[in-house]
Amino acid sequence: MNIPSSILTMLAGIALTLASIWYGQNHGLMPVEASRDAELIDGLFNTMMTIGTAIFLLVEGVLLVCLVKFRRRPGDTSDGPPIEGNISLEIVWTAIPVVIVLVLGVYSFDVYNSMGGFDPEAAQDPSAVQVAMLPGDSEVMPLIEGASHPMGHQHLALGIGASPETAGKPADLTVNVLGLQYAWIFTYPDLGITAGELHVPVNKDVRLLLKAQDVIHAFWLPEFRLKQDVMPGSLQSELRFTPTRAGEYPIICAELCGPYHGAMASKLYVHTPEEYETWLQSQVANRPDQVQTIASTSDPNVNYLAPFSQQLNQQWGIDRALEHLHSQVHSQAQVHSQAQVHSQAQVHAQMDRSMELTADHSNLQQLIAHPAA
Amino acid sequence: MTQTEIPSSISTAHHGGTERKWWHYFTFNEDHKVIGVQYLVTAFFFYLIGGLMAAVIRTELATPASDFVSPETYNGLLTLHGTIMIFLWVVPAGAGLANYLIPLMIGARDMAFPKLNAMAFWMIPPAGITLALSLLVGEAPQAGWTSYPPLSLMTGKVGEGIWIFSLLVLGTSSILGAINFLVTILKMRVPSMPTNKMPLFCWSMMATALLILIGTPVLAGALILLAFDLLVGTAFFNPMGGGDPIVYQHMFWFYSHPAVYIMVLPLFGAISEILPVHARKPVFGYQAIAYSSLAIAFLGCIVWAHHMFTSGTPAWLRMFFMIATMVIAVPTGIKVFGWLATIWGGKLSLNSAMLFAMGFVAVFVIGGITGVMLASVPFDIHVHDTYFVVAHLHYVLFGGSVFGLYAAIYHWFPKITGRLVNETWGRIHFILTFIGMNLTFMPMHQLGLQGMNRRIALYDPKFTSLNELATIGSYLLAVSTIPFLINAIWSWAKGPKADGNPWNALTLEWQTSSPPAIENFEVLPVLTSGPYDYGLEEEEVGLPTAQAGSATLSSSPGA
Repeated sequence: MNIPSSILTMLAGIALTLASIWYGQNHGLMPVEASRDAELIDGLFNTMMTIGTAIFLLVEGVLLVCLVKFRRRPGDTSDGPPIEGNISLEIVWTAIPVVIVLVLGVYSFDVYNSMGGFDPEAAQDPSAVQVAMLPGDSEVMPLIEGASHPMGHQHLALGIGASPETAGKPADLTVNVLGLQYAWIFTYPDLGITAGELHVPVNKDVRLLLKAQDVIHAFWLPEFRLKQDVMPGSLQSELRFTPTRAGEYPIICAELCGPYHGAMASKLYVHTPEEYETWLQSQVANRPDQVQTIASTSDPNVNYLAPFSQQLNQQWGIDRALEHLHSQVHSQAQVHSQAQVHSQAQVHAQMDRSMELTADHSNLQQLIAHPAA
Repeated sequence: MTQTEIPSSISTAHHGGTERKWWHYFTFNEDHKVIGVQYLVTAFFFYLIGGLMAAVIRTELATPASDFVSPETYNGLLTLHGTIMIFLWVVPAGAGLANYLIPLMIGARDMAFPKLNAMAFWMIPPAGITLALSLLVGEAPQAGWTSYPPLSLMTGKVGEGIWIFSLLVLGTSSILGAINFLVTILKMRVPSMPTNKMPLFCWSMMATALLILIGTPVLAGALILLAFDLLVGTAFFNPMGGGDPIVYQHMFWFYSHPAVYIMVLPLFGAISEILPVHARKPVFGYQAIAYSSLAIAFLGCIVWAHHMFTSGTPAWLRMFFMIATMVIAVPTGIKVFGWLATIWGGKLSLNSAMLFAMGFVAVFVIGGITGVMLASVPFDIHVHDTYFVVAHLHYVLFGGSVFGLYAAIYHWFPKITGRLVNETWGRIHFILTFIGMNLTFMPMHQLGLQGMNRRIALYDPKFTSLNELATIGSYLLAVSTIPFLINAIWSWAKGPKADGNPWNALTLEWQTSSPPAIENFEVLPVLTSGPYDYGLEEEEVGLPTAQAGSATLSSSPGA
């Protein structure tokens, strides 16, 4: 015990730093990274883990030393030294957290920006709308094509939009997502496909437009580190991401949505271009005749028949969603039969209502677009 | 539960001929000490009920399938577990400590408004029992303790109605209590006690009371509007009628985030009391710890939307709430480092109170670290509504509040009952609780990061092993309350008698008899120095019979 305590402290500090840095990189707590967003967030998380581990080791270390070194010896009834404070020490342990917080704040801001959190189209900031309306500003003008959001005023940031690199460009693939107790339904408006599972090509810019039928759901892709509440009513939310890794990933509802909330799950398939093409073909081949006919008709009737077509698509989507739910229930043998019956009945009931609403809504839209009609 | 044990201990009170009878504890009594015990015992009773619900939840989650209770019952259980633990255990238990301790600590004979005080307490049992019984009659609320519309409007009118009613009553009780604490602290201190000589517990209760007064009325507003939507068919929050469910979330969290600080600040105060006494050292940085409570209260009011990063909040607002939330780490860090510096170099008596107080620091810091992580918007987007959040909140509310409450109960048990606890059983209780707590909640961090969402009865089988671990931990936690209960009941009845100041502490509550006489002090004490001046006057402290260290008692002619 001839080692001076300052050297011991220094050695402990070095050990603590090394341990923190090592654990921050090697915690292995996150699932695989399937997008660039996931890599960014994991980098942020690793940094926070490093700092967090250091603080954890420091606090627990001090507690353990106290527990061993400063415990009262039997028979000792004296008091400890009357130290009431130390201004410089207090300044240090106030300033260090301030610096940590500032660094993490700036880092988080940067990651959030790179993910597309500030995309005005997703954010629907009132200010952004005003900017977009400035005449002659051709760079910002396209943003007003948010008129593809049919739902009136949306001044809330609902989700993650285009990253700064893809801002202003249309996404490679847009999919409408409908959440309802207890299923997800995916509609590809450009392709006329409706499915109970989400299929996307790898390395393409994918944009999901999300709405809920009944209660609040949350669309969560753990491997993409993306989550967004899906609201019933007039609010539409958005998630935009580029999958970088082909594979099969869970889609989870993260917001309590009823007794069978745990059963509300689906799959995201990220395909290679060839696989994706094959899947597309199979979808077109499977598509019910009427829908295909309507969708492929290119005369003015398309507009007129659009609500009907949408309705059929929806109807078909229900079957697909149910099929999915069904297979999931069977394959995992997780829900007992009562739950299964219940959720199916629910889905059916909700769907009936959904179709009425959809039809009403489409009619309304038509009326607004062509008041004379 | 243990009220019947009271007469034997209370009969040792030797003041003025009036003695505390056991049945006083079942009546509308205006003595703050009776009310404090009523709060604590009632709250602990609900803790056992809420804990039983947690055990059922964990049993359901021991297997991936939904096979133990029906999914509806499961959602009822998780809703009631959250609601009971928050509104019927931690919040009222904190109020119980405040009731018992504030007048004693500031040298007052009672609270400022004794009748109001009793009224606030007696609102709790009916509201709590109604809420708990809703499960037995099969009408439990099922929308989670957050009760977000429109789900909460669709899961059964009776259960949701009961939930709203109970919370309104409990909220009112909380507001009445807070008014009392604030006025008592500000107006009833002995003349010789300026604010900067107040015990730190009073500082933290002042911050808590302010938060309750700012936040709770907003929750009440949200609940009343929700009740209109539920019962009358209005559409304040119901999107089917054009309402906005996000407005409810704002109003709900405007109370319910500060509620976290309402639940933990009283225990911050208690820890600041307990550590110096058992470390025999002055608290390190009194001013910093005192003012950091107020800083936490202020910041706690402007961070609520960090619960809504994945719902509808504008991007710039997310950034504001992120920074505001992270900044709370600074005053919290000041407290934690202050506590560590307090015990560093001290002479630590490792009794049950001290072990729980040090355990508090050890586990709370984990909740604090994950709290800063959760504040970061991009990371929160991934883990919001997952088991990572469940782990975080239990490290704060179990590791923080419950450890703090146990520390406080062990520390002030001799004062309240006039008897000492059995330290061996107390240490066993601590060890079981510490292991059980970490075994239950540590694996949940990984579960959440890996992709397990919260509030589900049915989960992906790949999460089974970690869930089994958590379930075993929760059973250990359940078992850990047994040594506590036996110890508390037995010691209250038969434990060795404690004198007025068994810990040789300096704050005023220890300068009177144990249990204190009905009006606390025969003569009002006069303060001659600060509450934590350990080691400053060696000749006085250290004597087991010392009346006081430096807070001496003398006759106060003006009293």
